[in-house]
Amino acid sequence: MADVTASPPARPIRDSGGTTLGRRHRREGILRAAGLTAILLAVGMLLLMLGALALSGYQAFTQTHATIDVPLEPDLIDAGNPAAANWRTVMRRAGEATLPGADAETLRTFRDILSDGAQYAVRDRVVADPSLIGTTLRIAVPLSDPYDQLHKGLVDRATPEANRRVSDAEIAVYDRLAADGRVGARFNWALFSAADSRFPELAGLRGALVGSFYTLAICFALAFPIGIGAAIYLEEFAPKNRVSDFIEVNINNLAAVPSVVFGLLALSVFINWFGLPRSAPFVGGLTLALMVMPTIIIATRASLKAVPPSIREAALGVGASPQQVVFQHVLPLAMPGIMTGTIIGMAHALGETAPLLLIGMNAFITAAPATPFDSATTLPTQIFIWADSPERGFVSRTSAAILVLLGVLLAMNALAIWLRSRFERRW
Amino acid sequence: MTLLAFLILFAAVVVAYMRNRAAARAIVAGGTPLHSLVGFHARFAALLVGLPVLVLIILWLLLQGVVIDRILLSGLPAEVRASGDGAVQLVMAEIKSLAAGQTFGTPEDWKIEAAARLTDLRGNFATALVATVAVLSVALAVLARSRVSAGFRARQGTERIVLGVMIFCSTVAVFTTVGIVFALIFESINFFRLVPLQEFLFGTRWEPQIAIRADQIAGQGAFGWLPVILGTIVIMVIALTVAVPIGLLSAIYLNEFASSRVRAVVKPALEILAGVPTVVYGFFAILVVAPALRSAGASLGLEIAPTTALAAGTVMAIMLIPFISSFADDALSAVPRALRDGSLALGATRAETMLTVLFPAAVPGIVGGILLAVSRAIGETMIVVMAAGLIARLTINPLDSVTTVTVQIVTLLIGDTEFDNPKTLAAFALGLMLFIVTLGINILALRVVRRYREQYD
Repeated sequence: MADVTASPPARPIRDSGGTTLGRRHRREGILRAAGLTAILLAVGMLLLMLGALALSGYQAFTQTHATIDVPLEPDLIDAGNPAAANWRTVMRRAGEATLPGADAETLRTFRDILSDGAQYAVRDRVVADPSLIGTTLRIAVPLSDPYDQLHKGLVDRATPEANRRVSDAEIAVYDRLAADGRVGARFNWALFSAADSRFPELAGLRGALVGSFYTLAICFALAFPIGIGAAIYLEEFAPKNRVSDFIEVNINNLAAVPSVVFGLLALSVFINWFGLPRSAPFVGGLTLALMVMPTIIIATRASLKAVPPSIREAALGVGASPQQVVFQHVLPLAMPGIMTGTIIGMAHALGETAPLLLIGMNAFITAAPATPFDSATTLPTQIFIWADSPERGFVSRTSAAILVLLGVLLAMNALAIWLRSRFERRW
Repeated sequence: MTLLAFLILFAAVVVAYMRNRAAARAIVAGGTPLHSLVGFHARFAALLVGLPVLVLIILWLLLQGVVIDRILLSGLPAEVRASGDGAVQLVMAEIKSLAAGQTFGTPEDWKIEAAARLTDLRGNFATALVATVAVLSVALAVLARSRVSAGFRARQGTERIVLGVMIFCSTVAVFTTVGIVFALIFESINFFRLVPLQEFLFGTRWEPQIAIRADQIAGQGAFGWLPVILGTIVIMVIALTVAVPIGLLSAIYLNEFASSRVRAVVKPALEILAGVPTVVYGFFAILVVAPALRSAGASLGLEIAPTTALAAGTVMAIMLIPFISSFADDALSAVPRALRDGSLALGATRAETMLTVLFPAAVPGIVGGILLAVSRAIGETMIVVMAAGLIARLTINPLDSVTTVTVQIVTLLIGDTEFDNPKTLAAFALGLMLFIVTLGINILALRVVRRYREQYD
């Protein structure tokens, strides 16, 4: 490889007497092999990355549940106001009902095995249907993270007890539940229906998904019209002078500014000077809009340029004004290309993390935002938070969140490709 | 209330549109020909009402926070106002959470009173906004209606407004650049007031821990950016050493040797690689690459830091491969067909044609692409934030842990930020440097590419 690139330029062509044909063909073979190796390396990296993420992420799509019996005693739960009952006591009774004859130590372990969210699952069920009070409720509740890992086979029982997160006694209680047929894995709906939590088994992406949606919606609402307006002016109406040259250079440079610098702009101008709220999808969308606008402008100008002049001349010929030509004829024809560019820009915005960290969208927020002005996270910042969390359960959840993010990105890109192949016309 | 203002705006636009359309139609029905089409009269009214009111609402919402804060501040006791920026901000935050109904402990009476005043102020501002919007909408709608006449040049009016809007749109990019430059320079000037410029540029220690209390002696903080920029360069060099050969060779293969079937598979794969968010690469680095490097190093008897520059560098290289490859591919494809045909016709093999004719001709474009890759490597944030270290060391050992400019910016600004603290402002000084360096490289890259293009045209 090295000797090929170092060969003196043009010499083999001018003087073939020194080099035999076989040698020259061998050199060609070497270059070919090196190129193929490079491509295999690049594609291999992609496959390795996707494989590693899928391997660690697929486990987060299931969550181990235990089916427990909860006696809903009327003296503990007031039918008029079930939410106010002492659910810790109810869960204590549930332990006695599920593991009859167990000693106090076992019952305590039993409550540890169940997730902290178990009592809320029971509570929500009863609040939704107060007629259950007085009966014994059979309900599947999530296990806490160490036992979830145990069920998924991620905890090696052969390791010495001191190095394990679950002790032998705890495993014994878990095994008793499993032997009763009470433990089983289900699809982890909480991953999509719950917001963030400190407990991996309860943490979900809902807040991040809603936050990302608001952020992208704001970003689109700003960047799309402004980007198209700017592109139309620069492409169709701007006089060729210093000012429009300056604007053009500006847009090209802006496209190459590191994204973290946009975060600094947002922090200093939007948050510090204008006093807009921190961690809000509105500010995130504003920032990302400034970032993707150059992409949209460049894509729009390219599509406007691709519309043949005959269309413009024909429209002008029948008496349309220049603006009518653009808005009624050129723009509709350029729209597929514009949409493709915009979707690619939006996909870029969806994956962007650094500027959002600077405006505080990496906060720990346990509820999905109701409006774009509430504190929220986005998918990539949620991935960043989870990647930083020490609990084992968050490793697979981070990978799962990445798989969700990549899935959304793939869908957006597929849409862009479909739009391009379906509507784009070549003249 | 803000929603109400937008609803009024929307209603006013619709009403103005309908009224002007009806009026224009009435003139046509009366037998007088209009100068402009009916639709232009209607759109003219909608724009005349919609634009100024929209601008008013946006400006109002942007400025209202600052104005309310000023008014609230002026009503606070004098000793609070004199207690320094940080303390005042704390008090303001407390009053705001009081007004939002969150009470911690037992706040002083004047705070409760201020919170009540804040709620009142907000209510008054909201009412004032709705009232102003309503009055302005009606006035503009009346004005628009009065303009309808047979001779009114509504098309020209509409098009003038639309053109103005488009000109404004195209200046947004300029405003953004100006905003970036001014924000960075403004905060950096504040920083250089606290830390001398020569200490920042030539200091060899970067320890931004600053005393929490004014009387605290320990942890004075040192702000010399040399170790930080050196770490950035180390990671950038590692990334490019891996990415440039792989990227160039794959471009050469794709351009010259690959069958169309291989291209059809590899090109989309590289595009996927280019579209993967960098936070994903960062997680890949800590999940797979860093542990693998560590165990490989352990089996060779090498001590590799968990946040080694090598891990961040190699993962960044994966990110840069499609970038360099597509740039090189474009540059090679742009070489005129005649050069390739001429070389092949003289009996050169395809490899010889590539290496002695096409590649040298494409070098300027390739160099431009590599320069852009350098600028991306320097500005890349998430990979290094997740995989590189936090502590600045003056070392070029790739096995060691180094930090980068972007890592420092993010770590200094994560969490609460106060704008009177050198720690926060240092991030802006680093940002200014980052902006200048990447801008310089980008301009250089574009120059190189442009000069090359002129060569064959």
